Amino acid sequence: MLRYALRRLLLAVPLLIGITFVSFIVIHLAPGTPGEVQTGDLSIQSDRDVQKLLMELYDLDKPLHVQYAKWLTRLVRFDFGRSFSPDARPVLQKIGERLPITLLLNVVEMLIIIALAVPIGVLSATRQYSMFDKVTTVFVFVGFATPDFWLALLLMILFGVQLGWLPISGLRSLNWEYLSFWRQQGDFASHLVLPIIVATFGGLAGFSRYMRQSMLEVIRQDYVQSARAKGLAERVVIGKHALRNAMLPIVTVLGLSLPGLIGGSVIVESIFAIPGMGQLMVQAVFERDYPVIMGNLVIVSTLTLGANLLADVTYGLVDPRIRVGARRGRR
Amino acid sequence: MKPPLAVVPLALAAALALAACGGEADSAVEQGSGRPGEKPAYGDTFIESLTGNISGLIPNVLSDSASFEIGSMLYSGLITRDKDLNIIGELAESWTFSQDCLDLTFNLRRNVRWHDGRPFTAADVVFTYETMIHPKTPTAYREDFKAVAEVAAPDPYTLRVRYKQPYAKALQSWGLWMLPRHLLESYVREGRLREAPQNRSNPVGTGAYRFGEWKPGEKVVLVANPDYFEGRPHLGRVVYRIIPSQATIFLELKAKGVDAAGLTALQFKRQTEYPAFRKAYHKYEYPANAYTYLGFNLKDPRFADRRVRQAIAHAIDKRELIDGVLLGLGREATGPYKPGTWAHNPSVRTYPYDMAKARALLAAAGWTETNADGVLVRNGQPFTFELLTNQGNDERKKVAEIVQASLKELGIQVDIRVIEWASLLKEYIKKRRFEAIILGWGIGLDPDQYEIWHSSKTGPDELNHISYANPEVDALLEQGRTSCRQEERKKSYARFQEVLAEDQPYVFLYFRDALPVVSSRVRGIVPAPSGIRYNFNEWYVPTHLQRYTAG
Amino acid sequence: MVLLALLAILAPALAPWDPNRPDVRKILDAPSGVHPLGTDQLGRDVLSRMLYGARVSLAVGFVSVGIASLIGTMLGAAAGYHGGVVDATLMRLVDLMLVFPRFFLLLAVLAFLRPSIWTIMAVIGLTGWMGVARLVRAEFLALKEREFVVWSQAVGASGLRIVWRHILPNAMAPVLVAMTLGIPAAILTESGLSFLGLGVQPPHATWGNILNEGKDAIEIGWWLSVYPGLAILVTVLSYNLLGEGIRDALDPRLRQSVGRIVTRR
Repeated sequence: MLRYALRRLLLAVPLLIGITFVSFIVIHLAPGTPGEVQTGDLSIQSDRDVQKLLMELYDLDKPLHVQYAKWLTRLVRFDFGRSFSPDARPVLQKIGERLPITLLLNVVEMLIIIALAVPIGVLSATRQYSMFDKVTTVFVFVGFATPDFWLALLLMILFGVQLGWLPISGLRSLNWEYLSFWRQQGDFASHLVLPIIVATFGGLAGFSRYMRQSMLEVIRQDYVQSARAKGLAERVVIGKHALRNAMLPIVTVLGLSLPGLIGGSVIVESIFAIPGMGQLMVQAVFERDYPVIMGNLVIVSTLTLGANLLADVTYGLVDPRIRVGARRGRR
Repeated sequence: MKPPLAVVPLALAAALALAACGGEADSAVEQGSGRPGEKPAYGDTFIESLTGNISGLIPNVLSDSASFEIGSMLYSGLITRDKDLNIIGELAESWTFSQDCLDLTFNLRRNVRWHDGRPFTAADVVFTYETMIHPKTPTAYREDFKAVAEVAAPDPYTLRVRYKQPYAKALQSWGLWMLPRHLLESYVREGRLREAPQNRSNPVGTGAYRFGEWKPGEKVVLVANPDYFEGRPHLGRVVYRIIPSQATIFLELKAKGVDAAGLTALQFKRQTEYPAFRKAYHKYEYPANAYTYLGFNLKDPRFADRRVRQAIAHAIDKRELIDGVLLGLGREATGPYKPGTWAHNPSVRTYPYDMAKARALLAAAGWTETNADGVLVRNGQPFTFELLTNQGNDERKKVAEIVQASLKELGIQVDIRVIEWASLLKEYIKKRRFEAIILGWGIGLDPDQYEIWHSSKTGPDELNHISYANPEVDALLEQGRTSCRQEERKKSYARFQEVLAEDQPYVFLYFRDALPVVSSRVRGIVPAPSGIRYNFNEWYVPTHLQRYTAG
Repeated sequence: MVLLALLAILAPALAPWDPNRPDVRKILDAPSGVHPLGTDQLGRDVLSRMLYGARVSLAVGFVSVGIASLIGTMLGAAAGYHGGVVDATLMRLVDLMLVFPRFFLLLAVLAFLRPSIWTIMAVIGLTGWMGVARLVRAEFLALKEREFVVWSQAVGASGLRIVWRHILPNAMAPVLVAMTLGIPAAILTESGLSFLGLGVQPPHATWGNILNEGKDAIEIGWWLSVYPGLAILVTVLSYNLLGEGIRDALDPRLRQSVGRIVTRR
């Protein structure tokens, strides 16, 4: 397993280069040029000269492979370049100031989702077609089908405007600087409550349904039946034998959603005015801010490769019979 | 020929400049001005909302409106506009034009200091000019300074500008934000002005507010400049909160989390008419500096026929459009100038909603038969076209939908396509791969529209994207931009609008209204033709109503 | 489920109003006898728009999820069963697809294709199969070591037969979930595509874009968000029921075992 993991890690470097190369080409060939005014209202002040100037400044007039080579050589020195947007700030700085809040939100949300989804899934599987099962099924799907913005606005109206218990948007109150340390933390946390509720509600369906479904599969397997036949307590059967095996899809889905932790949800962020990665990326995409897009891509790819590797390794822990990367025809 | 304006004192210049302005254009829903006997107080924090992040702090090299708004608080120009859009001095005390309109001399204010305490002098103005024409400065304002032959500062408080030929926008172009030489010179020389630290933190200007902090995506804080040359502004701090969602801003208004916001028509009309809101906020309403149009690609043989364009103009009920899209909060456009401004010509040909006339015009153009679907046919070709507009603007999408329904009645089938802005521009507009578009123009304060309508401006990167070419219009535009007398210019532009109205290269649809609301605790707001922001420094909150006293 | 499909097909007959005809005198009218589900921001009848929208939304939801599941299952099965180089290659393809900036892919597609319902289904389907592939692969990795598979291999059954008869049916559980969750996602993705100029263009309605338009009017036009949301919910729930029904019908063991658990408790 260790050798397998090492080999995968070694392979990751050329793979990463390949991914960035293909993406680089597609991003640059897609319609649009950096520096277009994004308002949708043209104005008489023409930006033509600016455009030409920027094209030269950013080497956009050079052939694509030259641009890519330059980008890659800089990347080796861990230099992600400067943003094309008029603030011309280093990409790492731009991403760096937005990553923490997105990461915080998503990690908390993910933990809550798992903490809720696993028990919901297990209980509704072991009591299939019970009242509990039916109610939770409808509940999680309601959560899934409810548009984020709708729920967000409803909660904002209720808790922010009507009751006045929670702040509506942003991360900190205006008088934040004047608060004591603990009050500052409390203020910050209260700003995060609504976004986290909204994000959690929407994400609950996925995990709990995977959990329920695979639990249903597992509890009818022979070994579970035999464990039960041996007279083991139901709790031990479910909790120890069945649950572990049923985690397989959860591990996969977790692996798939790990890179998303730094992605940020555009809708939640823009509704709650949270300056996170989602907003940064959307802006970068619309402005064709290639260095920021590529910078993000490198981080996301690294995370994706890592997360999927991690998932593959975890399969072995969940079900010891699984050997990923084993060659065919062993037998 | 040329006006004998050897020396024009400031007040007179102002009176001459835009005498024909104002009029019925503006009606505030409610007056927010101070009550008699109430003394303007200093202090409190004013919380403004912005939907977009600002892109930097040196507006001269930026292009988004949020950066402009904040830039105008931090920096000042030589001239500015008063409540009636007249040009008045800001950093300039007075100015003179030579008889031939080629020499412009400014007398600068003394005792103006940059935010870091250094004195502001004519050398800074020369520097700002040099910055704008430096080949490596990425600015959209270079065009304004291309007509300048020479700029010189004979002494620290005098600035001489010499033009190559008379330039109508000469005076107005010096409203540009002045930049400090002592801080930015090296960055300009290296062509790295955008990377200057002043673009990210600690910008230094001469404006009424100093920079406090900028948390990207979150907020920008400005603090009153006690040494401001026109006196310390009353509101002690201004916080711009960045809230991308219009719906959230509205809820923040209700919860008193922001003090001012621009509303949508729906919010203005349907969601704010209850007593609590009316009590907490004053609503204002005046036409914005932007119009929406339906433009035709005149290279398309069908639209090259003027009668077809006129027919379409007759088939669109502008009133219905404004009611449907803006809930009535807009004004019909007849041309590219805002009603009530001096260049606007109110007596041009109009196209009232008239289906019979529209049909007759189309018939005259050869569109007489209809096919089984009720679509007009000529030489076996049905009259269908694709109408493009940009994503992210629901208003335009709705306009397209109403236009589509109107033209369907006329027998023209319209297919709408909504495309992301950058792609729309690059793939369709610049390559002229469109049949018709719904877009808008933000109009400046000067009526010069050479860039949009002159037949020499039809290149791929240029702004006459509908390929309009009319020799008379070309001549009028050239006259308009080289004369420095407003009466002459007014004549040129009046005729220009008549020709446009006759030609209908665009169907000019409407000027939407700007719909700001401001917290009612703020006093001193007097709506005027230029809006409400022109006297921001005089806004104040009476002491007993101040909400944020800590800062 | 059948009812939904029927409503969609019969939309022209059932819709009381022209779904695309604006009426500026009726902007955002609340539900009433004349307009049972109210009107939208241009005064169009929401019920009629919902009915017409059902055609696109249901088709996009089911077909694109079908495409994604098919591709995902096939590739996942191949990777999981064969392992080794096949697995490595396919999973790296998955990695590539996962991180690929989808927005730019769509822009590139936009430059070549004209928008139509087929393009939408293809685009959503072809970019959404990676999760299914990884899920199926994981199941295969586990199942191929099970006694019944090993035994079949020992007896000399052909690979395809083993996959088809023995492994695949047991690996479908997560795929069913993925499909259930994929349908509303696809319905909403469609309206996201519209903004690129790739989706269904105005004035034509889909559930997704009715919902989107409701966003600006949420406080005064709740019906614009609630009804399409409900429609999507009903679709998901009925599909979920259908999926479970089919699976239970195919697998009589399940009910017995569950029954046993329940009785033991």
